[in-house]
Amino acid sequence: MGFNVEDIRAQFPILSRKINDKPLAYLDNAASAQKPLAVINALKDQMGTSFANVHRGLHTMANETTEAYEGARTKVAKFLGAPKPDNIVFTRGATEALNLAAYGLAHTIEAGDEIILSQMEHHSNIVPWHFLRERKGAVLKFVPVLDNGELDLDALKSMLSSKTKIVSLVHMSNVLGTINPIADIAPWVKAVGAVFVVDGTQAAVHMPINVVDLGVDFFCMTGHKLYGPTGIGALYGNAEMLEILLPFNGGGEMIEDVFESHVTYNDPPHKFEAGTPPILEAIGLGAAIDWYSQFDPKDVHQHEMAVYYHALDGLRDINSFKLIGDAPNKGSVLSFNLEGAHAHDVAQILDKYGIAVRAGQHCTQPLMTRLGIHSTARASFGIYNTLDEAERLVAGVKKAAHFLS
Amino acid sequence: MDLAENIQSMLDDFAFLGDWEERYMHVIDMGKQLESLPDALKVEANKVKGCVSQVWLITSYDADKNTLIFKGDSDAHIVKGLVAIVLEIYSQRSPLDITKMDAEPILNQLGLAEHLSPQRSNGLRAMIGRIQAEASARL
Repeated sequence: MGFNVEDIRAQFPILSRKINDKPLAYLDNAASAQKPLAVINALKDQMGTSFANVHRGLHTMANETTEAYEGARTKVAKFLGAPKPDNIVFTRGATEALNLAAYGLAHTIEAGDEIILSQMEHHSNIVPWHFLRERKGAVLKFVPVLDNGELDLDALKSMLSSKTKIVSLVHMSNVLGTINPIADIAPWVKAVGAVFVVDGTQAAVHMPINVVDLGVDFFCMTGHKLYGPTGIGALYGNAEMLEILLPFNGGGEMIEDVFESHVTYNDPPHKFEAGTPPILEAIGLGAAIDWYSQFDPKDVHQHEMAVYYHALDGLRDINSFKLIGDAPNKGSVLSFNLEGAHAHDVAQILDKYGIAVRAGQHCTQPLMTRLGIHSTARASFGIYNTLDEAERLVAGVKKAAHFLS
Repeated sequence: MDLAENIQSMLDDFAFLGDWEERYMHVIDMGKQLESLPDALKVEANKVKGCVSQVWLITSYDADKNTLIFKGDSDAHIVKGLVAIVLEIYSQRSPLDITKMDAEPILNQLGLAEHLSPQRSNGLRAMIGRIQAEASARL
């Protein structure tokens, strides 16, 4: 299907909202994206026409709902290029996916084993590994970030050794926009026999993903940044790794048989989905993937980067403007600071003009420390943003610079 | 209670201001005019919790006059302006006067309450809560 941003915008009811009497310019997509009618209606239709609990149902609606839920798993698998739907574990989001990977691999870690992360990780890809440091004596090592926002790949290579048990890296940074060369890194990780976990929260929204081509063991994604509902995400695991992974939620659905003396477990992925799953959210994610898949990812990327560069060109005219993250290979995340002004001030003033951006540390304190800054303002562009919105951002930031100078 | 002269004068200043842009500019100016705290005082113990940006507040007591003196600072311009306003309202008053003083109607009159995001106003509330606690402890 061709790419027409006005047609796309028309499918998002919320985008016609006014904020402070100004048309909404929603530039906070890296935090969460808005939802198209296709997703809103999918949830409404499911609730309004066919809903029941999933699996082992013996009535019509239980079967229909199970088909829709498992259908969503198939869609996620296809979207990520996973060999089979069974490679996909539904989680509450990417955070839970990363926590499941960390918890489930804990039994493979002994004191002194090394886990390699990077300085650009989101806290959700740091804290679960700190648990393994605290509880198992793992040693965490952080790959440095270069001044332009790229990962120091030479440093990464030199950090890998036979002590390395897990490498967990972000595919696309939520602050810098940097896209890390995951497919290049994967063979280095394999060469030392470590498990490769990738946080694909942002990447899954901005580029085509094929987990097999990437050569990763685990890949985490979330639904709400992909124009789907909150409360749903996925952990891709290759078949071998899902056998090694231990579950961290016990309960119904994840078992085969329960005795007083012991338990036998269901097969992956159900082994990791205890209790009633987020059924509607999963179906909504499936609808979001269907909706998103009608576009050519190249068209989406090209459009988002056109908006990004249009904004960046205008912002560079502001004397106090400083771009944070200028890697050659990056997505449509524009982090910046105005010299002498606090990012919170900038965001609050932009809001008065109807422009929604995020400001703060973006759950990346080690990155802020590395860059020697306290916070950034961040405009992040999605499929429905326009060149006009980029111009409004520039005008708003100019105003803020004037107010705050 | 009659409003103190400095508060009335602050209200008069704001009364001349028009849209939010002018109000924000004025708040930012008030922040700029507020003397910064030395870095040595910007420590964890003086930090006001519940603010999205960093806010520090220090208190001293003048026993001769029976007044509490507050000083504050923030790393964000708009918030520092709000700190300046809060200090106008509360600083250099007796503990009893402070506990009787309600800042909300004043902030409403300044036309600022509605411009503050919930997180920001929580920060403001936290600041006022801390001032009130200091005053109550002196009663």
